Amino acid sequence: MTTIIYSVAILGTLGIIYGLGLAFASKKFHVEIDPKIEKIGEILPGVNCGACGYPGCIAYAEAIAGKNEEINKCAPGGENTIKQIAEIMGIKASTAERRIAVIHCQSGGYNNTHLRYQYQGIATCKAVVLVTNGPNYCNFGCVFQNDCIAACKFNAIRLDENGLKIIDPVKCTGCGACVKACPRNLIELVPVSKQVHVLCHSYDKGAEAKKRCGNNTACIGCGLCVRKCPVAAIVLEDNLAVIDYEKCINCGQCAIVCPTKAIYDPKADNRKKARVIADKCIGCTICAKKCPVKAISGELKKIHTVDPEKCVGCEICVQVCPKDAIEMI
Amino acid sequence: MEFVSKIFALAIGAIFVQNFVLMRFLGLCPYIGVSKKVDSALGMGMAVIFVMTMASTITWVLQTYLLVPLKIEFLQTIAFILTIASLVQLVEMIIQKLAPALYKALGVFLPLITTNCAVLGVAILNINEKFSFIESILYGLFAGVGFTLVLVLMAGIREKLDKAEIPESMKGMPIAMVVAGCMALAFLGFSGLKL
Repeated sequence: MTTIIYSVAILGTLGIIYGLGLAFASKKFHVEIDPKIEKIGEILPGVNCGACGYPGCIAYAEAIAGKNEEINKCAPGGENTIKQIAEIMGIKASTAERRIAVIHCQSGGYNNTHLRYQYQGIATCKAVVLVTNGPNYCNFGCVFQNDCIAACKFNAIRLDENGLKIIDPVKCTGCGACVKACPRNLIELVPVSKQVHVLCHSYDKGAEAKKRCGNNTACIGCGLCVRKCPVAAIVLEDNLAVIDYEKCINCGQCAIVCPTKAIYDPKADNRKKARVIADKCIGCTICAKKCPVKAISGELKKIHTVDPEKCVGCEICVQVCPKDAIEMI
Repeated sequence: MEFVSKIFALAIGAIFVQNFVLMRFLGLCPYIGVSKKVDSALGMGMAVIFVMTMASTITWVLQTYLLVPLKIEFLQTIAFILTIASLVQLVEMIIQKLAPALYKALGVFLPLITTNCAVLGVAILNINEKFSFIESILYGLFAGVGFTLVLVLMAGIREKLDKAEIPESMKGMPIAMVVAGCMALAFLGFSGLKL
């Protein structure tokens, strides 16, 4: 009996003494933690993808609160997150345009790939490319083991019925995990508003590229798009046309002239021409100045006109017109 | 003089011959977990030295003046753990206040000293070896020094490994395990020392 009492008494007393000691110490060594860090941490998505350049969401939250880090680096969070953080920090949100992944290859499906051999081995793209450069006859094309899908934390990449990878522009957060996963460097992050892409990554010479591409959509490096581009946004690099998205105006002219359909324009069939609505135009000349192909003419304070022959349907004038006086028909 | 030589033997024994990590295999969790950078390894080592020394002191007093006279030695483990846990909490608060960078670098491993079996190990060994009060304190200190030594050595090697060309599949933890094994083999050489 005494043993029980002793045990309880000793352990109880020890507990109380240690507890009091710690309570005292916690007062003495109290550390102020910035409440902003916790708040920002709650807003951030918490997927720890690393797109912001920090090893996790909390580290990024600390950098924002403590080191005045830019608040627009969270790709998965998107605009909403930026706005909320801006509110907490009491600063204006500077929204960077959202970027999404684009796969620069149209081959790699079940029925549009020339096979070099049947691959039966470790099912990752990284392993496949080590085996005589992969089963795709094209040395630069997709090797269809879907490392990008495995790398995507947001289920934004799916396979269509032909086994081609389709990126969901809504789900894609632009974190860049697939870009790193692709051993062929086929994937690139592109501003979401840019919709015309060169969907080929082959550096082979024209005839060779065409022969190897199972989809017959290889870029043969003919340079027609380079000459057609009204803003000189396309350059040829080693037999491959590359679009500079900083300059690209989405007009889709390159897609029209491309002889192999290597350039893809989602609006290809329903490009419209701009037309000035005479009632609304105040003759401010902004549209004429901004038009990349000089299709708009007119003097100051007079109604402007669009030359439908020259107009490429890029819609820039619609966006810049202060009076909404331009429509696409 | 005899006392000095005894202490010397105790030190060599605790640091090299019966090293807590590599010979007794205690405290392996922080040994692998906090050995990525020399700085944080050193900080962790200091924290462990402090906790071990304090724990040795307090637990010896507890055992000798409370548990033994009252014949409740069976409470040894739980009373020791209680003591160690409180000490770790204290160390955590102090480090957070005085060295926030170190606090962040140590991360979850700081509170995990609580369950670091090396600390409980040293406390129980003190009792089992029937050490005197002074010997207990020193044994705790030397055990901590031995732990720190191994941790810092390991961190130094792993910092070099980061820059070395290692096959993809061996990067990180696997190569760390191999290194740990090699170090344990090296320390086995000390077991021939007769003190």
